[in-house]
Amino acid sequence: MALLDIQNITRRFGDFTAVDDVSIGIEAGEFFTLLGPSGCGKTTLLRTIAGFETPDHGRILLNGEDLAGRPPEDRPMRMVFQSYALFPHMTVEGNVAFPLQMAKTPAAEIGTKVAAALEDVRLQGFGKRYPHELSGGQKQRVAIGRALVTHPKVLLLDEPLAALDAKLREEMQIELINLQKEVGITFVYVTHDQTEALALSHRIAVMNKGKVEQLDEPSKIYGFPRTRFVADFIGHCNLFSGPVTARDHGVLTLDVPALGPVRVATDSTLATGRPGTIALRPEKIRIDPTAPTATPDNHYRGTVQELLYMGDVTVYKVGMPGGAQIEALLANSQTGRARFFEVGDPVEVSWAVGAGHFIEE
Amino acid sequence: MAARRARSLGRWLVSGPPMLYLIVFFVVPSLIMVLASFRTPGEFGGLAPLYEEGHLDLNLESYARFFEESIYALIFVKSVIYALATTFFSLVLAYPLAALIAKSSKRYRDLLLLAVILPFWSNFLIRIYAWMIILGPNAALARAVNGVLGSFGHEPVPLLFSSFAVLVCLVYVSLPFMVLPLYANLEKHDPALLEAAQDLGANAWQRFWRITFPLSLPGVYAGGALVFIPALGIFAIPDILGGPEDSLIGNVIKQQFLETRDWPFGSVLSIVLTVAALAIAGLAAWVGRRNLSTPSSAREASA
Repeated sequence: MALLDIQNITRRFGDFTAVDDVSIGIEAGEFFTLLGPSGCGKTTLLRTIAGFETPDHGRILLNGEDLAGRPPEDRPMRMVFQSYALFPHMTVEGNVAFPLQMAKTPAAEIGTKVAAALEDVRLQGFGKRYPHELSGGQKQRVAIGRALVTHPKVLLLDEPLAALDAKLREEMQIELINLQKEVGITFVYVTHDQTEALALSHRIAVMNKGKVEQLDEPSKIYGFPRTRFVADFIGHCNLFSGPVTARDHGVLTLDVPALGPVRVATDSTLATGRPGTIALRPEKIRIDPTAPTATPDNHYRGTVQELLYMGDVTVYKVGMPGGAQIEALLANSQTGRARFFEVGDPVEVSWAVGAGHFIEE
Repeated sequence: MAARRARSLGRWLVSGPPMLYLIVFFVVPSLIMVLASFRTPGEFGGLAPLYEEGHLDLNLESYARFFEESIYALIFVKSVIYALATTFFSLVLAYPLAALIAKSSKRYRDLLLLAVILPFWSNFLIRIYAWMIILGPNAALARAVNGVLGSFGHEPVPLLFSSFAVLVCLVYVSLPFMVLPLYANLEKHDPALLEAAQDLGANAWQRFWRITFPLSLPGVYAGGALVFIPALGIFAIPDILGGPEDSLIGNVIKQQFLETRDWPFGSVLSIVLTVAALAIAGLAAWVGRRNLSTPSSAREASA
């Protein structure tokens, strides 16, 4: 049985349904992420778990016990707020000691527990400082230390790294992974940043318009998106849609307007004539100056229309004679040259039938 | 160079008039008052000539009188107690009101604030006289109170011309001065702090005492100063609503200047009042800063 069992939760605000019949089981010790664009309901769901929102429908069980009617202060969970919400009139120690004082921890134990929590988040020696004397990353650590000091069953994190700059965010991501391993507490993490979600999580629930579109491991979410939304939201993706024209030994052929027939390996049994979509990651596409000798399953001749030089890689947008545009990504691995192609170069794009992923919609 | 001169000229043009105003109508009169406190009262009131028969007539007699006649020190202590009581009751009444306004939706907020300052639209004295009617022996309030007391076999008590009337009216006129700074502070509190406190296990009472109240202290001190200092020198309210025992230091000062016409002694009392008000306000600010440890952090919270 899952540690945290979210059953059919619905939360409406007037006419707007923020969370729409969501059911998720989160296991003990798991790093679980709710991922989605702003307004998808992920924060509302997190606040419902914390007890700040009352669901219109459904229930939330913790260790099999229904949490309905229990206010946030009585739930054995802690939340890390996006704004950190540190108490400005208390020192770091005061902040971290606060939940212990609320839990009526004997005064003698508070000191050692606070010290241990500050050590966990690598803030020894900062105890006497006030929040306004700390950097963003340090504030973030205080917030996490304060939330962990009472050893809650579940830690709820609401976009905790959103306010940090890119470099610090990456550092904190690694720290979060290590910390979660160390303390063994279940993390429920909310973010709109897909790379963050992929890097941190054991499992991800991708949310859109209040519903869970896909719940899976990061590699499955990225490699095998179940819906067009997931394919499009997670990373970059070429989406080719069109009716199925042929089926042959697990390979479907789609007639894609402006491009032509595209073949994809799938175990889908979609009937011919029905529309489908192929999701193809840019890094799975080959680009060559001339046609490859061993002709792959899909190859098209086009012209480089735009390119985006990113340093380590270059993104090429290749225009097809039919009008379609294919996005391909190539590592800038050749020595002595910054990149392989320039705008206007004629190129051959190709990929194997196994490179794309078929979506039945 | 020219730009800098123009800028400093602009600064003087802007800050000059108010400074001039304060010098003419506050600094100079204060100095006149300080000088008057060392002079001798005139035979028929006012002041005896400053320079007479070849010597300056300056003395400490009025100060000596203040310290010799304990009645004035007692009235002083009584005034401080009234002012403290006024501040306390204003705070207790204003806090929930300010919190309510701060929490109400933006649509009603302006309306509620307007209601708080509405009394300023009518004259101060008229509002005090209104309390004479409200607390008068024939008004419903007095009759109801005395009806209840009577049923317990108690003698009827007058509400008007009593310390009670003075205190009620003092709190009444002070309330907006307490509500407004408190509101200005409470309105800026980050609601996430209360959510965080709740999430960390604090119940409503603990959230108030550990988070809201400490963060509102700058507002409490500002309101406290705005209420305490005027209440310390008030004379109209005890004059109109108080009994003979309710004479406060403001009444005595007024009496010295207008009735007894002993200007030097009146000046001494005024100076002592000013010094006392400054000392108490300074003490409160100092205690407040110590309790808060870092006023800047509280400012950050309310920012």
